[in-house]
Amino acid sequence: MSMAQEQLPTKPNPAVWLSGVAGFVTLWFAIYGQLVPFSEWAAGLLPLAKGSHAYESVKFFIYDTPKVLMLLTLVVFAMGVVRSFFSPERTRALLAGKAEGVGNVAAAILGVFTPFCSCSAVPLFVGFVSAGIPLGVTFSFLIAAPMINEVALGLLFALLGWKVALTYLGFGLGVAIISGWIIGRLKLEGWLEEWVRNVRAGSTDFAPESLTIVDRIKAGIEAVKDIVGKVWLWIIAGIAAGAFIHGYVPADLLATIMGRDAWWSVPAAVVLGVPMYSNAAGIIPVVEALLGKGAALGTVLAFMMSVIALSIPEMIILRKVLTLKLIAVFVAVVAAGILAVGFLFNALFT
Amino acid sequence: MKDIKVLGPGCKRCETTAQMVRDEAAKLGIAVDVTKVTDYAEIAGYGIASTPGIVVDGKVVHAGGLPKFEDIGKWLA
Repeated sequence: MSMAQEQLPTKPNPAVWLSGVAGFVTLWFAIYGQLVPFSEWAAGLLPLAKGSHAYESVKFFIYDTPKVLMLLTLVVFAMGVVRSFFSPERTRALLAGKAEGVGNVAAAILGVFTPFCSCSAVPLFVGFVSAGIPLGVTFSFLIAAPMINEVALGLLFALLGWKVALTYLGFGLGVAIISGWIIGRLKLEGWLEEWVRNVRAGSTDFAPESLTIVDRIKAGIEAVKDIVGKVWLWIIAGIAAGAFIHGYVPADLLATIMGRDAWWSVPAAVVLGVPMYSNAAGIIPVVEALLGKGAALGTVLAFMMSVIALSIPEMIILRKVLTLKLIAVFVAVVAAGILAVGFLFNALFT
Repeated sequence: MKDIKVLGPGCKRCETTAQMVRDEAAKLGIAVDVTKVTDYAEIAGYGIASTPGIVVDGKVVHAGGLPKFEDIGKWLA
């Protein structure tokens, strides 16, 4: 194919697309600024007494739903653009030469940015290990990728502020790095399924075509369609549950069972989280409401990490490459990390 | 006859990808033989780490996510 042919027919104009994005972001901020007056006005239209339980619940729901969906859209779009710079193949190439330690840190950070879907977990795992990336480094990636994603960060930012979102990011990376490093130290390569040990990665000269800025904007739009399209219903259900808690559950009811003084609530939250399988989208609005009623942040974050990072469906998928013994070690190490996060958080933030 | 392999464990995206290749080939009037590779060891042997992947006459042209129709047209040309 000649260059001329490639450029001719409908070469999109980057300037048009960029100004489109700028226009959209401006409009976004204009609407976002009006959400509080809008929710008060809309809740006031209903025949509910101001300050009543029902009024508070409805106002919370009317305010939170557009707010969360709008913030999520913006974050997912930005992340979709950023992720177009990363691919699992590229990440693998970046990690291939790294020693343990540095490799664990790099793997966890790349895990946040590399596009990852759980149906791709096995090819990715095999692809990494067979290319000579140490097992512990591969685990750092595999722990970080689902736990620290744009939906979790976007929603935490939207509902609980940037401090909590950043803390979650930091502690999530910490769990991924340290858990992976420990698994690497344990030298468990022998506990992989036998066929995995025998696979040698084929070399490939495959390099994705370099993307233009318009391609990257399109990737962001695709991410919004894909992810927001998938989770919006969960979010609304989560906000509805949160709105109910907000309006009807007495303040500080949860302080005794989920508060900082109840030390056992952290392990209980982790254990409770394992069999639960929800995505960040459904769980975070509930988390927000629980916090408002006196639950401790560390306990709630531990619960959230456990729900997202330790899920039974993912373990069933990984069973194809890992022996049960290795899965047990993986769960134990990650659960211990999450416990530490919960306790540390409750101790640090008062 | 182009030999096309779609690499993937059999998730929905892999099915969709195989169908897209067939549809595009039919539209362009190109004879193709599409086979699916679901064996993980074999997939890894092609050197990719994300699925679905597409191999045209032994050469990897795509890995990860759904391909675009215009790209499929280029690979088949």
